[in-house]
Amino acid sequence: MSKRIEVNDLNVYYSDFLAVEGVSITIEPRTVTAFIGPSGCGKSTFLRTLNRMHEVIPGAHVKGEVLIDGNNLYDPGVDPVLVRRQVGMVFQRANPFPTMSIRDNVLAGLKLNNRRLSKADGDDLVEKGLRGANLWNEVKDRLSLPGGGLSGGQQQRLCIARAITVSPDVLLMDEPCSALDPISTLAIEDLITELKEDYTIVIVTHNMQQASRVSDRTAFFNIAGTGKPGKLIEYNDTTSIFGSPTMKETEDYVSGRFG
Amino acid sequence: MLLIGFTVVGWLVLTAVVYLIALGILSVVVENRRKATDRLVRGLVTVAFLLALIPLVSTLATVIAQGASQISWSYITSVGASTFDPNTLTVTQTPGALQAIVGTLIITGIAALISVPIGLFTSIYLVEYALPKQWLARTVTFLVDVMTGIPSIVAGLFAFSLFSIIVGPKAFSGFSASVALSVLMIPTVVRACEEMLRLVPGDLREASLALGVSKFATIVKIVLPTAIAGLITGIMLAVARIIGETAPIFLAASFTDNFNANPFEGPMQTLPVLAYTGYAFPGKDIAASNASAWGAALLLVILVVILNLIARIVAKIFAPKGMR
Repeated sequence: MSKRIEVNDLNVYYSDFLAVEGVSITIEPRTVTAFIGPSGCGKSTFLRTLNRMHEVIPGAHVKGEVLIDGNNLYDPGVDPVLVRRQVGMVFQRANPFPTMSIRDNVLAGLKLNNRRLSKADGDDLVEKGLRGANLWNEVKDRLSLPGGGLSGGQQQRLCIARAITVSPDVLLMDEPCSALDPISTLAIEDLITELKEDYTIVIVTHNMQQASRVSDRTAFFNIAGTGKPGKLIEYNDTTSIFGSPTMKETEDYVSGRFG
Repeated sequence: MLLIGFTVVGWLVLTAVVYLIALGILSVVVENRRKATDRLVRGLVTVAFLLALIPLVSTLATVIAQGASQISWSYITSVGASTFDPNTLTVTQTPGALQAIVGTLIITGIAALISVPIGLFTSIYLVEYALPKQWLARTVTFLVDVMTGIPSIVAGLFAFSLFSIIVGPKAFSGFSASVALSVLMIPTVVRACEEMLRLVPGDLREASLALGVSKFATIVKIVLPTAIAGLITGIMLAVARIIGETAPIFLAASFTDNFNANPFEGPMQTLPVLAYTGYAFPGKDIAASNASAWGAALLLVILVVILNLIARIVAKIFAPKGMR
């Protein structure tokens, strides 16, 4: 299930504006990789290029390659819709579908693609997805209630359950805990550690403690100034990034001496 | 002195003014200026609300008072006619609105059938597909704005002359009236649906796309269901706006006392036109014609209320649940 991501010299543009420049990075399967860096440095933009979600914004395009197990996502024949089934995504704000029950939210990825499911198969997938997201015990008695009625942390775990039910190879998380309280954050972090067994996980976070707690490898992005493109400054094992960074910029950022 | 020329209205106005001034002064004395201003503005707003209510209530009351006596089972279920008795040389009118009820439902129904798909698809194009600064989207938006302001009589003339060219002279038909009404209805539907679709959070579209769902499926299964309550309300309001149109129908479908349920052939009667002709071209028994007009007006109001109720119920059933 889990796959290797290889990015070669990727430039990301919004129309003519170069947002991220010259990123080359290799992300191993069954690891958690954290992207850290100041706001506006392009880490979210770069994350979204890994499943072509940035293309939702008109005018966004890339130059360079993103290989998942050797297949370039940006080959002309590749359908972005199929890419997103392999590379799932969890967003900053929990966004369960308000018209659907908890159960239907978990199955949304399959149902929206017209996959026919028997009730038993559906039940199995719902339980598997919710157990996978550590939510089963909390919601198993109210699967038919709307997903919007859950708490913020539960909604975010519901979104994770929804994302893993389409069985992707890679899971991207764009600041998944930034709107959550510490207890819900802890629940999600535990979940990330468990999910690492099956998925390649990439997480964008502003919280450096979180990056050091959950990730195996960390990439530091920085920006030279407004209007300049964001760049990958340093990419290494998390312990090295936080313990003995090689770049001055990284050291300033992780030690809080930034700016 | 003040009671000279006493009227209920004058008395009410006077009471309101005196009450507001007294309230303001007392409040300044007992409480403080801030609270006094609060009370005064509260009072003014309430008065403005009551003033706005007066024409509405009085219209409703008049229509009900005048129309209620006219409405009976036979009025709703029989076709109005006048019979000439050659022995006594008198004309007897039997009141009836069946032809007008059927005509209104058919003409409005066809207009809605034409306008809702066109309007809804246009709004989907504008919200989901068009780029913000694309010339086509801007042109469509501009034209929709212009069309919103078209006087209804112009729409009627347009439809009538269009069908004169196609069918020839005396081109009166229910369908041409429907076309005239669609011209009026489409911009309203586009505007209302566009607003509702824009209210659907972008987060939901992203969530769906990120699951590997195509754009089309996202629109059909996520965006439209999320907005469905608002869409239905908007469409019903558009229907309510055109159901009472008189001038374009009068031009395009003319009027008749005969029962005609075929929208493609011959004049068709509708409730607003029945109300108009009842006063403008009364029969021999003027009082009966006028009463029939009020009956038609009341029936029209009842029809609009029923449509609104249906819209509310449907919107309630489909509304997203558990949102916080």
